[in-house]
Amino acid sequence: MSRLDKTFADLRDRGEKAMGLFLTNGFPNPDATLPILRAIDEAGVDFVELGMPFSDPLAEGLPIQRSSERALSHGVTMDDAFETAAAFREESDTPLLLMGYVNPVLKYGAERFCERASEAGVDGVILPDVPPEEARFITDAAQRHDLDIVFLIAPNTSDERIQRIDKLASGFVYAVSVTGLTGSSLSGDVDAYLHRARNLVTDNALLVGFGIKTHEDAMELSQHTDGFIVGSALINHCADLWDAPSLSDEERLASVRSFARKLKYGTEAEPA
Amino acid sequence: MTNNPNIASTERYDAPDATGHFGTYGGAFVPEILYPVLEELKSAYAEARVDPEFDKQYRDLLREYVGRPTPLSFCDRLTTELGGAKIYAKREDLCHTGAHKINNTIGQILLAQRMGKTRIIAETGAGQHGVATATVCAKFGLDCIVYMGSEDIERQRLNVERMELLGAEVRPATSGSQTLKDATNEAIRDWVSNPIDTFYIIGSVVGPHPYPMMVRDFHRVIGNETRAQLLEKEGRETPDAIVACVGGGSNAIGIWYPFINDKDVQLHGAEAAGEGLNGRHAATLAKGTPGVLHGAMSVMLQDHSGQVEIAHSVSAGLDYPGIGPEHAHLRDLDRAQYHPVTDEEALHGVELLSQTEGIIPALETAHAVHLLPTLADQLGEDAVIVFNCSGRGDKDMETIAKHR
Ligand SMILES: Cc1ncc(COP(=O)(O)O)c(C=O)c1O
Repeated sequence: MSRLDKTFADLRDRGEKAMGLFLTNGFPNPDATLPILRAIDEAGVDFVELGMPFSDPLAEGLPIQRSSERALSHGVTMDDAFETAAAFREESDTPLLLMGYVNPVLKYGAERFCERASEAGVDGVILPDVPPEEARFITDAAQRHDLDIVFLIAPNTSDERIQRIDKLASGFVYAVSVTGLTGSSLSGDVDAYLHRARNLVTDNALLVGFGIKTHEDAMELSQHTDGFIVGSALINHCADLWDAPSLSDEERLASVRSFARKLKYGTEAEPA
Repeated sequence: MTNNPNIASTERYDAPDATGHFGTYGGAFVPEILYPVLEELKSAYAEARVDPEFDKQYRDLLREYVGRPTPLSFCDRLTTELGGAKIYAKREDLCHTGAHKINNTIGQILLAQRMGKTRIIAETGAGQHGVATATVCAKFGLDCIVYMGSEDIERQRLNVERMELLGAEVRPATSGSQTLKDATNEAIRDWVSNPIDTFYIIGSVVGPHPYPMMVRDFHRVIGNETRAQLLEKEGRETPDAIVACVGGGSNAIGIWYPFINDKDVQLHGAEAAGEGLNGRHAATLAKGTPGVLHGAMSVMLQDHSGQVEIAHSVSAGLDYPGIGPEHAHLRDLDRAQYHPVTDEEALHGVELLSQTEGIIPALETAHAVHLLPTLADQLGEDAVIVFNCSGRGDKDMETIAKHR
């Protein structure tokens, strides 16, 4: 059983919703990424999505686009993502996925990418511009190296296609909540769509993401799912903190911890 | 060989396959939201392309609105000046709006209308595709938003004015290189956010399947006409060589496609070498490597870690780090040859064609003109060369004046 499957099974037993948080590697600067991962881990994150920055991230709204630009301006590479992952893995058992666009992975080489990811203790991969129809280049290598491959579904994905994606995916199925970019505002009849998806996704856990900013958003959207994923809101929070010159790193990390706790538990207090 | 210029001879060459791949290139690398949208487009296009009514609408508009067929002009003074092969210009510069781009926007707007889409988006580099899209949107009464890099907005102000006059909204793309690459990113982001009511009119043979195939099909009228016109003028259907400039590659594919199976016809493409292959350039096939950009696997300019590199060309229409997947395939098959041409060489090309033929070509086209002297010399007096005069230079006068 993969680390992700086990996490979702444990949470289900406890009747808890999973919280996944996304952070771009190298953001807000290369030295800050790992401390932020530690902080969210302490705050109770259930899995981490580490972004591999790309120059042309088509599905991202401004916050994640800018975080990518910022990381790239520091010269951050794929190898740095493996290093961050390995350092995180030394200290923690929390599942970690790599999220990124297909081109840098192709350039690195799918086989070599999967091998290095696996060695670094990565559990899975999310490539939002790779639909299952184009995924053959990586699925075999991923399987050989015990990496889960997460696929996405969207509100306009047909029932039949959701079922097919569920068969091909492992780790979880990622339900994009909106027809839009990361960071867009929630709108439309998300409830009916997630209800439909819940009935169709039977092999994997179902997680919802895009546009979730608060604990209330998260709880509402994960009624029909096993949990939720937050990216832009955390990125925005970190950008504000690291751009405020008067704050110490300790104050920043404390704020990240309480941000994550509030997202998951609705309160800044330590969980009971 | 068929005498019907409307039927392309595609018996042997039949790329792309059913999944939209040209050999190892092509495909559809898009966010999931767009996948159902592309499926819908694929089936709508598959129906439209065999519907005689659609074909009639498209042909009528090309004739009555675009001004087709465009002439195949014999360039007598240029031929004499170069002292080699006979040179003909396929006059896409005489199309309504001033470039070949309109053939494709006519086809796509008809498709959009057929699919009941109400909102049109497009990306543009030189502004020619933006103008062509704004034009058909005005003609059909559809809302039009054109994404354009803020640097290109500066370089091609005249075309921005034209688009706005036509009723389109021009939205600047301010990220990255602020040119065509980023305009395309913004258009795709818009599409991801508005997948149901919006039709994305892509301006070249790039993007996810079925765009490279569909855009090619809408432009192959250029090559079909060339065949018929050559037969009339030279008593032969095929020239010895066809020369075209290649940005994304739509005008080149359009004129080449009906000749792909005629193996004795040389196909030569000119790509932008900018300041030279060791400087800033847009020579994708000369210097690029395989990768995925804007939804398709092709060849592209990228750094060692797979980040997209910023392209440069004096001509905004060639300033793109990618190229259509079919060109990468034709290069690998050794069916077409691609040559880098610098900014300076292109600027000489503008003068050469202007002063021998009284045709001021677009800076894009001028890249193709640069290949003519060498090729005319190599092929010799008995040979016939056709070059695709993809557009006229009015839009570039400021840039040309600055460099003279
Ligand atoms: C006149 C002209 N020729 C050529 C091009 C390059 O496009 P393509 O390579 O798709 O023909 C452009 C693009 O804007 C253009 O305006």
